[in-house]
Amino acid sequence: MNNLGSGTVYTETVVWSPPQEYVNDVPYQLAIIELDGGRRITGRIDGDRAQIGDRVAFSDFRNNVPFFRKSQ
Amino acid sequence: MRQVAVVGIGKTAFGAFPDRDLRSLAVEAGQKALENAHAQPSQVEAFHLGNFAGPSFVGQNHLAPYVASAMGIIGTPATRFEAACASSGAAFFHAVSAVAAGLYDVILVTGVEKMTSQSTPKVTEILAGAGDLCGEVRAGATFPALFAMIARRHMYQYGTTREQLAAVAVKNHQNGAKNPLAHMRKIITMEQALNGKPIAEPLTVYDCSLISDGAAAVLLAPLERAAEFTDKPVRVLGIAQTSDYVALDEKDDITTFRAVKTSAEKAYKMAGVKPSDIQFAEVHDCFTIAEIIAIEDLGFVTKGEGGPYSLAGRTCLQGELPVNTSGGLKAKGHPVGATGVGQIGDVVQQIRGEAGERQVQRNSLGLAQNLGGSGATSVVTILGAA
Repeated sequence: MNNLGSGTVYTETVVWSPPQEYVNDVPYQLAIIELDGGRRITGRIDGDRAQIGDRVAFSDFRNNVPFFRKSQ
Repeated sequence: MRQVAVVGIGKTAFGAFPDRDLRSLAVEAGQKALENAHAQPSQVEAFHLGNFAGPSFVGQNHLAPYVASAMGIIGTPATRFEAACASSGAAFFHAVSAVAAGLYDVILVTGVEKMTSQSTPKVTEILAGAGDLCGEVRAGATFPALFAMIARRHMYQYGTTREQLAAVAVKNHQNGAKNPLAHMRKIITMEQALNGKPIAEPLTVYDCSLISDGAAAVLLAPLERAAEFTDKPVRVLGIAQTSDYVALDEKDDITTFRAVKTSAEKAYKMAGVKPSDIQFAEVHDCFTIAEIIAIEDLGFVTKGEGGPYSLAGRTCLQGELPVNTSGGLKAKGHPVGATGVGQIGDVVQQIRGEAGERQVQRNSLGLAQNLGGSGATSVVTILGAA
């Protein structure tokens, strides 16, 4: 899988009422990331919570889901 | 094109009914619509059923003939329409089109959903099937999460506040408390609405519509034959259905629903009216933010003013533009496949002057807006006294 590089949080939420598949993950942060190339992708934020406008970097794919971390 | 009229309306109560199955709900609503129009099943020339996820919720497929035959409607075309939460809006749009074109005279349109026999995580998963399973849903998006992300962005771009969202919930509960068929007939306070259990931040349980069972139906006929059925026909003055991307991350601007804007523009043009002519509306408040965006996209207020307008009470029953006098999806309930036709029935009830405690005084021109998914289907209908 590609490294998606860095991007900016376009929007985000923290999910408390999950679908059956993710009942063990709550609460988790879901976000739409605007990648530096301009494309938007929906993924998870790992670690510190991020807000709209925050810079994030791609971390890894888990079960085909892209995870990002807030850039320091 | 022929003029089309709604000549009969029928609805079950919305709520959690462990003893009722999908078919009995759909049959009850359909029979009530026929009775309301003094019509017989043998007069129905086509049956349209709006249903989002009967196969997933209750395991039953081939739903349209299954429901029609139980009502004694046999031999006609009987077709199920699926467009997520706009399923029965789509069923209605295509029925109006067929009557307008002269293909049929009398069409029964029913919407139904039976949701409460599944657990909340399972319902959440089934509803998420209206999103993009390969992208946003795999990442963990639920419908509350998608609308929470819409709300966050709307707050960021326009300064919309939690209080403004909560005002929509408080107002819709006030109206729902006056609706004998509503799922939740109780008022809530601003404080309660602000301090609800979080579902997907910033949305709490009070920002979300209900998981409900229920059905609604309307009978359509050409306007020139309406007098055979009713002395209070209501005309379909304008209607349009449009579509957009399913995935939220494919839309340029998630603070507006492009399909709502385009369907509204077409419906206004067909009816020959402006947004400011509309006297009251039933809009698709699956979440409080959706009502705020709806009144913006329908042109009732300028972009970004939906929140302040709602908080100022201008959409309440006594306001200048009453919105969701039925209680909306928030309090009336949201049996997904029944919602679109239910909204049409609510507008018809107001135009006929039969809305009881919820009756608005300026009631000759109303609008219904039914949204599918996070905006991939929109149906806007403008109804007026005949």
